[in-house]
Amino acid sequence: MGSHKPTGISRWLFTTNHKDIGTMYLWFSFIMFLTGGAFALGIRLELFQPGLQFWDPNTFNSLTTMHGLIMVFGAVMPAFVGLANWLIPMQIGAPDMALPRMNNWSFWILPFAFGLLLSSFFLPGGAPNFGWTFYAPLSTKFGPPSTDFFIFGVHLMGISSIMGAINVIVTVFNMRAPGMTLMKMPMFVWTWVITAFLLIMVMPVLAGAVTMMLTDRHFGTSFFDAAGGGDPVMFQHIFWFFGHPEVYIMILPAFGIASHIIPTFSRKPLFGYSSMVYATASIAFLSFIVWAHHMFTVGMPVVGELYFMIATMIIAVPTGVKIFNWVATMWQGSLTFETPMLFALAFVILFTLGGVSGVMLAMTPVDKQYHDTYFVVAHFHYVLFPGAIFGTIAAVYYWLPKWVGNMYNETLGKVHFWLSIIFVNLTFFPMHFSGLAGMQRRVPDYNMMFEDFNRMSSIGALGLGLTQLLFFYIVVQCVRGGTGKATGEVWEGAEGLEFTHLPSPAPYHSFDEAPEVK
Amino acid sequence: MSLLRKVRSGVVLLAVLLSSSLMANPEYSIYNLRPGVTETSQEVFDLHMLVVYIMTVVTILVFGAMLYSIIRFRKSKHPVPAKFHHSTKLEIIWTVIPAIILIYLAVPAGKLLLKVEDTSYSDMTIKVTGSQWKWHYDYMDNDVSFYSSLSTPREQFEDYSRTGTEKGENYLLEVDNEVVLPIGKKVRILLTADDVIHSWWMPDFAVKMDAIPGLINETWTKIDKPGVYRGVCAELCGKDHGYMPIVVRAVSQDDFDKWVGQKHAEKAEADRLAAEAAAKSWSMEDLMADGEKVYMEKCAVCHQANGEGLATFPALKGSKVTTVDSPDDHARQVIFGKNAMPPFGDMLTDAEIAAVVTYTRNQWGNNTGQLVQPGRIKELKAGK
Repeated sequence: MGSHKPTGISRWLFTTNHKDIGTMYLWFSFIMFLTGGAFALGIRLELFQPGLQFWDPNTFNSLTTMHGLIMVFGAVMPAFVGLANWLIPMQIGAPDMALPRMNNWSFWILPFAFGLLLSSFFLPGGAPNFGWTFYAPLSTKFGPPSTDFFIFGVHLMGISSIMGAINVIVTVFNMRAPGMTLMKMPMFVWTWVITAFLLIMVMPVLAGAVTMMLTDRHFGTSFFDAAGGGDPVMFQHIFWFFGHPEVYIMILPAFGIASHIIPTFSRKPLFGYSSMVYATASIAFLSFIVWAHHMFTVGMPVVGELYFMIATMIIAVPTGVKIFNWVATMWQGSLTFETPMLFALAFVILFTLGGVSGVMLAMTPVDKQYHDTYFVVAHFHYVLFPGAIFGTIAAVYYWLPKWVGNMYNETLGKVHFWLSIIFVNLTFFPMHFSGLAGMQRRVPDYNMMFEDFNRMSSIGALGLGLTQLLFFYIVVQCVRGGTGKATGEVWEGAEGLEFTHLPSPAPYHSFDEAPEVK
Repeated sequence: MSLLRKVRSGVVLLAVLLSSSLMANPEYSIYNLRPGVTETSQEVFDLHMLVVYIMTVVTILVFGAMLYSIIRFRKSKHPVPAKFHHSTKLEIIWTVIPAIILIYLAVPAGKLLLKVEDTSYSDMTIKVTGSQWKWHYDYMDNDVSFYSSLSTPREQFEDYSRTGTEKGENYLLEVDNEVVLPIGKKVRILLTADDVIHSWWMPDFAVKMDAIPGLINETWTKIDKPGVYRGVCAELCGKDHGYMPIVVRAVSQDDFDKWVGQKHAEKAEADRLAAEAAAKSWSMEDLMADGEKVYMEKCAVCHQANGEGLATFPALKGSKVTTVDSPDDHARQVIFGKNAMPPFGDMLTDAEIAAVVTYTRNQWGNNTGQLVQPGRIKELKAGK
């Protein structure tokens, strides 16, 4: 196979190459990350002090809604698909993804989906304002006209996700190098295969939910309207049947990333590889049977509440196994702290904090106090920002030299890390306190007793947002030459086919001939 | 003072500070849940503190192991890494120990859950109905009912000029009509909603339950201590979700009975005045003056004071309903509601509806010159 790279715009429009598509996914995700971040700063601006200074409450609700939707569907999920595109073929010894044309299509749907969603700000009635969870009937009977744009946008991104997931599964099951049995696959591939199954199982459920919304809004059905024999609570059951596995879709690939980076910089193999695989699979399975723990105040039968409480608490066991395995990997290793390792360590530490508040939230009688307060906001931002986002950033620092053949500026990387970790905690830690003290979610205004903590969060958010511009600079500088050429191994003793069998930068068609895995 | 003693006293001080921030002045903590004023809220608080302490220990152990590795096993100190990569014994230990901790937490949590969900043997029942953005309370056993909405004046929170506004102590946590409940009585609370899902949250009672349109939920509380307790709507319910507080005044049974009597007397007086107002024929000036008051109180929250609407809330200035449709059709829409607009028939008197319809048909350049009399509203309410 020769190199037959088209140039200019058509290279990007018509590309079927996993690396080009991965690059586009990652840049798209970064643009969405900044967009969603801008909305977050809009929210924090209003919450800097009590009273309404900048937005009317309706616009504020649009900002929270769009912040959530853009971050979940536009930033985190495409970032992971981008990493999957770049890494899976290289890690399993394949030339490309199994379904390259579908790969192109699944990316190019996204700009249209999000263009549609973002354009709703300019429609009469404003952007969707019912929260990213779009509970009926607030989103059906009371939703603005742009809700239909939202529905179509969700359908499009769902199609994109399902195609991406099919591609990963087909690639991994058919294109592994000879000798690479399932239990020899790199952890990132394992976590992504499991994520792909979650996506295939739940994205259609989300599509079903928004379709029912559409027919409720326009075609006279009453799925979610009690006046017509429907049930608004059924909406929440359907939504969270999608939504809870979705939470794991946004974290499992980050587990995989940490399981590569920590062994490399500990110079020691991953502790408990097989228990890592089984723990990931158990977490994925459990994610399907715990959804109603998001709904402990809707008035479920008490037996249902007991069941969902116990099932949810069980998740702490496999999650704990993963954390203990990472710590055991470091134990008696020979540790160095390059930027990817720093982000991976912060990932483990701060994800643990999000995990212990998760155990608290699982306990039904106390959750009835925590539910819908800033305590919940603190909890899920601790698993998403230092979890999913730090995971992605760590992956970029770790694999970028392999992708572009240059080293990034280590000093700037460390500055990026320390600023990020200070600001992420300044932003989200105070939310635990304001939530416990009684501040409810999704409000543009609050009593003065919450002012100090909100002020800290707002200052932290501004710092956290600006810090990510430094990340942009570091990446661009690295692509343009960085601080010198990267070796094929990149990191001393790094394991995995991408480091042991490929030069840096990796060739356009990763493996022309399948390597032998022993 | 030796270094060790300094460290030790520092640790003690930190522990005292931490526990005092978590526990001292528990009635009004800005850091933590409140123990509240019911038996269940105290038990919820105790369970919360138990899980906080256990999780703190777990976190310290995990972080301690990481920190130890980071310091002790850095390359400069520990250049040759060990080679081990699994240990069945260890893995069993750290699967079993967390499981035991979770069982230890799940047992009291399960017991407490059964208790907070047991609404049997109640002494009285109130029904709470959420509607955008106020609460309606029905005392099922006492024939008392009223609406309760935010009493913080708009000038205190609308600060778009960013000059800062003077705010009261109970900013956003005060209402026009407080819920009055007797102490020491098990009060069953039924919840439903008119429009979207709301959630009635009273932190001091550890009660949070969704109010869902078309469904009825139930929960309960038994307040131990007299006092005024403040809560909020916890479920996003549209534009003014942040402006729909709850205030409960807990009083002795005697005071409660007195309050019920007073409410009955007020109701009789209000009915008398409403009947009087409905019977008389009103002038344009009077209708416009009263209409403006009603409009600002009930309508401006959505249609805005200038009648120009906001986002999905339609403008009334120059609209079809207020200028082209007949006054009867217009009034019917106010009385019975339409789509997202709630019915105001039970919320406003005949004279108030007549006034507000007249006002909106003759304000902001809607110069229809038409006025509606309360007598006609009465007929329309009856379906004539």
